[in-house]
Amino acid sequence: MASQPERPVLLTGWGRTAPTAARVVRPRSAAQVARALAEAGPRGVLARGLGRSYGDAAQAAGGTVLDCTELTGPIRLDADRGEVTVPAGVSFERLIAHLLERGYFVPVTPGTRQVTVGGAIAADVHGKNHHADSSLGAHVRSLTLAAPTGETLTLTPDGGDAELFRATLGGMGLTGVVTEATLAVLPVETSYMRVDTDRTDSLDATLDLMSRTDADYRYTVCWVDLLAKGSAMGRGVLTRADHAGPRDLPPALRRDPLRHRAGSPLAAPPWAPPGLLNSWTVGAFNAVYRGAAPRRRRGEAQPIAGFFHPLDAVRGWNRLYGPHGLVQYQFVVPFGAEDTLVRIMEGLSRAGAPSFLTVLKRLGEGTGGHLSFPRPGWTLAVDLPAGLPGLGRMLRRFDELLLAADGRLYLAKDGRADAETVHAMYPDLPAWRKVRERVDPDGVLVSDLARRLRLL
Amino acid sequence: MRDSVGTVRTVLLLGGRSEIGLAIVERLVREGAREVVLAARGGVAEPPAALAALGAKVHSLEFDATAPDTHTATVDGAVALVGDLDVVVDAFGVLGTQADYEADPAAAARAAAVNYTGHVSAGLAVAARLREQGHGALVVLSSVAGVRVRRFNFVYGSAKAGLDGFAQGLADSLHGSGARVLVVRPGYVPTRMSAHVDPAPFPATPAQVAEAVSAGLRSGATTVWAPRVLAPVFAGMRLMPRPIWRRLGR
Repeated sequence: MASQPERPVLLTGWGRTAPTAARVVRPRSAAQVARALAEAGPRGVLARGLGRSYGDAAQAAGGTVLDCTELTGPIRLDADRGEVTVPAGVSFERLIAHLLERGYFVPVTPGTRQVTVGGAIAADVHGKNHHADSSLGAHVRSLTLAAPTGETLTLTPDGGDAELFRATLGGMGLTGVVTEATLAVLPVETSYMRVDTDRTDSLDATLDLMSRTDADYRYTVCWVDLLAKGSAMGRGVLTRADHAGPRDLPPALRRDPLRHRAGSPLAAPPWAPPGLLNSWTVGAFNAVYRGAAPRRRRGEAQPIAGFFHPLDAVRGWNRLYGPHGLVQYQFVVPFGAEDTLVRIMEGLSRAGAPSFLTVLKRLGEGTGGHLSFPRPGWTLAVDLPAGLPGLGRMLRRFDELLLAADGRLYLAKDGRADAETVHAMYPDLPAWRKVRERVDPDGVLVSDLARRLRLL
Repeated sequence: MRDSVGTVRTVLLLGGRSEIGLAIVERLVREGAREVVLAARGGVAEPPAALAALGAKVHSLEFDATAPDTHTATVDGAVALVGDLDVVVDAFGVLGTQADYEADPAAAARAAAVNYTGHVSAGLAVAARLREQGHGALVVLSSVAGVRVRRFNFVYGSAKAGLDGFAQGLADSLHGSGARVLVVRPGYVPTRMSAHVDPAPFPATPAQVAEAVSAGLRSGATTVWAPRVLAPVFAGMRLMPRPIWRRLGR
């Protein structure tokens, strides 16, 4: 096995809050994963990918964390079957580059390419096409799971252990370590998107336009401005898109339509003062960002990287939130519970919550993963400085509104909810626990998130 | 474990009847802590009703500061009750009067054992657990009395000086382990324990100490003074020439 440092390493999620220490090992093969599981100490083991979960999902205080980013190897595309088999430590960055060159795209991508395939399955990530294509779990044809019992299991959606497959989608790495997965792929003709952009002037206009036109596009997302005052609160920039064909491109781009330009990211400064992002600076940013967007534009060709992953252009942007870090609050409320959505948005607006990434999106059908987040409804994601006074209390109040409206929080973003709340939001938790007890009878797999939310 | 907005779930109070300690616990419970262990000699039969009223589950545990052999077991007992220890408040101590100590050297040594050596064994036992669990904070109630020891209470002050140094060393030894130590240096705090002492300048109430501790835990500070002005005051006090220092009544 790769070198095992004696000293523990402090780990946090992407929000850079609440560090805990663990021994970190870097397995390079499924066999090394199995050995690490077999050698688990009393504080357990957990797989970690690129650490993009915002809260404490990829930490295991006092235990062993398997940094799975070296669990890589060849990517095997099977064009006839329309699927790709990929080691779990491969990043979406690498997978997307590999597929685009060959005229394919991933079935689902989250807002960053800096996630591993294993991590994406563990969180059952969704993207801008959720209303049309569901989450990643719906496109996993099979996966290989290293179970704590020492077995290597091959799971499929309708095979012998479909229940464990379901428990693993969105299972936050607590059912085993995914070492390889086979995903359906989407054929594309270009590495561009044909994008329609609309600016809205109020929250009502935003919700109305999204409700009416979502179904017309494969991808939609809306950036909203919560810091705008009065009736302008909730105004937004709605972008909707489909994959572009060669004829959608300007002539200069048609010669090499699949060329993928991810660009080299700009790095955020290593340190930012607390309070750099406040309601003034973010309010100004919002006004400029919205002002720069066209009121109405049709058929613009945008590179895939710019459309799906704008934040990947700034490496380490989470550091801009300063030493206290950031909290992302993401929830979904069912269609029909718009009043709850509006109340929470108004609450954030009143608090002057300086979120410069506030994203609203309509979700479609879920995958059936017991702990998988997406379900039909509206989802809102807001980034908030963790040091914001009264933040904990405000979010607890929102949690109560969500519970009353049958809404739920996204575990991959959470670092602060309480156990009772999350248990009520995930009614399949008891069924998930049963599956888990079968594959991990000794409770080897554990995370800070699992301890905090008493999932196990 | 501390969550992403700085709220903790479990608190162990060593010195379960300490007014300052209980004020800190109450503050943490108000902020969201849900499980509390009050550890004191004979246990704490009647915990303050406020804690339960705020929604915390309160446990009582036997803890004898003068029996260092039992301290690891005390920590294990707390873990058995509530799981990982998010915050441990080390608040036990006795004040006594200097004149009595000078008249009864054995009593002075017993007080020093509570105020210093008891914290050495308890602090190391707690630190071992925090290191093992990879997170957690130990809050050590030091005192300005230990920053520069004064003639009028040097038995107490010297024990606090030892404790303060011990806590700083312990903090350094835990660096990088995920666990940390917060040294708290209150000035004069009017409580039952200090009822027989004349008030001193810059007093702080137990609630003010608790507020300083809460802020220190959130900010990642290594030391907090209560009130804050004592930091510059004592920076000056340390420079005071000895002949003058010796004559200070308080």
